[in-house]
Amino acid sequence: MSFPLLSLTIWLPILAGFLIIALGDGPARKLAAATSVLTMLVSLPLYFGFDSSTAAMQFTETVAWLPSFDINYAIGVDGISMPLIILTTLINVIVVISAWDVIKDRPAMYLGAFSIMTGLMIGVFSALDAILFYIFFEATLIPMFLIIGIWGGPRRVYATVKFFLYTFLGSVFMLIALIYMYQQGGTFSILAMHELPLNKDQQFWIFLAFLAAFAVKIPMWPVHTWLPDAHVEAPTAGSAVLAAIMLKMGGYGFLRFSLPVTPDASGFMDTFMIVISLVAIVYIGFVALAQRDMKKLIAYSSISHMGFVTLGIFIAFRLIAKGDDAGVALGLEGAIIQMVSHGFISAAMFLCVGVMYDRIHSREIADYGGVINTMPIFAAFMVFFAMANAGLPGTSGFVGEFMVILASFKANFWIAFLAASTLILGAAYTLWMVKRVIMGPIGNDKVAALTDINPREFWMLAILAIFVLLIGVWPNVIGSVMHASIENLVQHISTSKY
Amino acid sequence: MDNLQIATPEIFLLAATCAVLVVGLFTKPKSNAVYWLSQLTLVITLMMAVSQIGGETKTGFSGAYTVDALSASLKSWLLVVAVGIFLYSRDYVGARKIQRHEYFVLGLFAVSGMMIMVSATHMLTVYLGLELLALSQYAMVALHRDNGRAAEAAMKYFVLGALASGMLLYGMSMVYGATGSLDLNVIADILAGNGDAMTAERTIGARFGLTFLIVGIAFKLGAVPFHMWVPDVYEGAPTSVTMFISTAPKIAAFAMLIRLLVGGLETLSADWQQMLAIMAALSMVVGNLIAIAQTNIKRMLAYSTISHVGFLLMGLVGATSEGYSAAMFYAITYAFTTLAAFGVLLAVSREGHEADELKDLAGLGKRNALLATVMMIAMISLAGVPPAVGFYAKLSVLQAAVGAGFTWLAILAVIMSVIGAFYYLRIIKLMFFDDATDETEVKPAGDVSAALAVNGVAVLVLGIAPGFIMSACIAAFA
Repeated sequence: MSFPLLSLTIWLPILAGFLIIALGDGPARKLAAATSVLTMLVSLPLYFGFDSSTAAMQFTETVAWLPSFDINYAIGVDGISMPLIILTTLINVIVVISAWDVIKDRPAMYLGAFSIMTGLMIGVFSALDAILFYIFFEATLIPMFLIIGIWGGPRRVYATVKFFLYTFLGSVFMLIALIYMYQQGGTFSILAMHELPLNKDQQFWIFLAFLAAFAVKIPMWPVHTWLPDAHVEAPTAGSAVLAAIMLKMGGYGFLRFSLPVTPDASGFMDTFMIVISLVAIVYIGFVALAQRDMKKLIAYSSISHMGFVTLGIFIAFRLIAKGDDAGVALGLEGAIIQMVSHGFISAAMFLCVGVMYDRIHSREIADYGGVINTMPIFAAFMVFFAMANAGLPGTSGFVGEFMVILASFKANFWIAFLAASTLILGAAYTLWMVKRVIMGPIGNDKVAALTDINPREFWMLAILAIFVLLIGVWPNVIGSVMHASIENLVQHISTSKY
Repeated sequence: MDNLQIATPEIFLLAATCAVLVVGLFTKPKSNAVYWLSQLTLVITLMMAVSQIGGETKTGFSGAYTVDALSASLKSWLLVVAVGIFLYSRDYVGARKIQRHEYFVLGLFAVSGMMIMVSATHMLTVYLGLELLALSQYAMVALHRDNGRAAEAAMKYFVLGALASGMLLYGMSMVYGATGSLDLNVIADILAGNGDAMTAERTIGARFGLTFLIVGIAFKLGAVPFHMWVPDVYEGAPTSVTMFISTAPKIAAFAMLIRLLVGGLETLSADWQQMLAIMAALSMVVGNLIAIAQTNIKRMLAYSTISHVGFLLMGLVGATSEGYSAAMFYAITYAFTTLAAFGVLLAVSREGHEADELKDLAGLGKRNALLATVMMIAMISLAGVPPAVGFYAKLSVLQAAVGAGFTWLAILAVIMSVIGAFYYLRIIKLMFFDDATDETEVKPAGDVSAALAVNGVAVLVLGIAPGFIMSACIAAFA
């Protein structure tokens, strides 16, 4: 057996998180910083040692765990999950930096919870056993529940209970579907479920169960309402992790479960899925335009961007009908790049709001104005990330959206037309916010008293900016590792199961 | 001699209990001697019960008493839970006007009753064990004799309990009339068509009896619609007694259910499956919905118990051996988790103050982080959120239900578990998100803190490695 690199990436932050909590507030910051950097370093070989020529799972480990139920501790990564794992470990480093001297109340618990959550989220992306996946998927709720509830804003209790119950309700249906498939196929292995023959009715109901879990998580309109509440009330790093990684579990779930397990039902439901994706893109874009709270605005912008992910995923079935396999791959890869890119951009946007919030303790757009005069360096970052959020070419925000729009064009002009409207809407709500907050004359005395970002905040934003640019100018940095896995996925979804 | 040998743990326990009773007469009320002797008794009995694990199935007393894989492991878990109950209640009982030696002696008698129920394979033995348990419990509820609510609860418990026992006895007599035997193995044989031919009339008689048996069992478990006593008794009884009622007896009641329905009347499973399915559905719905409205934690946990009984019954509706093991796993882990929850409540209570309102837990995270964390783990487990052990319990019963074609019940169950999550989360919210209304320091004794920590960690670790309990449960029905 080779070195259990993936297990180490999962369990190192989890165990270290418990240690951080146990040792108390004294060494918490240094320990958390060391853990996050170490976890990131440990995860890097997953990227550099990755064999991008194969779709097979890599770095696999399988240990019998509950033989009576045929549940295995089976983990591994492919080109779809690996970029998300790297994203998770990177964001964890940023989280520790962002919390360094901002969190005064019980920092050990705060940093420990984030560390544990990081391990659990990596577990979600690497699980190859359905029950293991479910356990990680659900277990992430607990630290996030505590993070929002303990360190959140005034309406934190409402927001965190809503967040927990919404996502819990979605995922229990998935549990029933997984148990049902176990009864059919006799195994909880996800890869075996991909091959499990299911008739049309079975697929339909299983698809709906998965949809309940993943549509809430990603979130899709109309089950998105927990997200703005959770984002607004969560502490800065909580919002960043929620937007950057937790939402991606939904998109990942569609790619790992819905598409390959129920390809026929996904094809059957594609119009429905495309329509609600477009509603998310267009309608939620307008909703974002009307927001007065910066965090809420970014939350709605996240939902709108996630609409692109689901659009890219489900446009595939239109293209399969046309026999355009290259277009299918384009849409799916666009969706994944959009997920990774949005991970960096949304985290950066929330951290930017956090930087201002730490100084003025307000998230209202109206309380700001002319921040550029007192915080020029910060303003440069904020404008850059806002541009990326609006999809400016050269930034990562452009790549994924462009690929999805291109794939939609191949399917249907009007779908592409509506999707492309986000280039205008996204620019409108993001840049209008920037105009009101950053530009113009100094709005009030508080803004006049602002001090520019310190080196800690500078590097926190600079690291994110580097990745946004990197993916923007060289998308192949993640594109190249996923081609084989995407081809394999295309194979799966274009083959009927009955 | 063989007869006596299979019952050594029970015989020892009974003899030692009588000795403790006598010792109690000669010790000062403030002395902890009775407590330590009771614990010693339980631990020795536990070792005896554990030594029976892995042995072959033995039947004695003309088939009235059986030691098998099921009884050996259930007895062991039962005794472990009882040790925890005694430890957690020691200081609580000591600080109140509760006769301490009566409390522990009655507890020991109740434990022997439960052990007899677990091993009983004859209807009279079942009844004897049940009554020994029930009578001890009626007295324990009333131990707080100056408390009007406790007296009322004891009265209610006694009257309704007597009614249920009557139902059970009536059912047993009907089954006896139909089959001509009280020995559950013989009944199983006759119902299966061996020996005396079963006529249609006699089968109807047996079914009639079955219905009354189920009423009696459902009452003891607290399944809807026979749950009325549960909230009142839980609320009125001293918290340590509530802990007693809500943990170990559930394991014993599960054993009784298995002995009667599976051991004796499995041929009639088509009949009892339907009844159990309806009770399971009703219990989950009623328990979870009404629990939301409670402000008293003991009442809330009472309704939570009702809902968990629904989940436990869901494991049995399929009448498969996987389902029986799943329900057994559920009963054991439920007892452990609830034990931790009540242990925290007892630790937060102090002389002259009962921690039984939700607000008493407010800000516990700052007052005593250990207790709050243990309580949080217990709540997460009861809500069925991984990685706590409650998740596997739910997973296994759901799997049994789906496997037996009761998918509708499984879907209802998961919806109800989401509703249930709300009131469990509320406890976590109170402990960690709210500020304390009562700043008094919470400082349980060192051994209690340590035991609670172990209990909490066990709920979590058993969730990550549930394998060994699970395989014991599967072995019990292999």
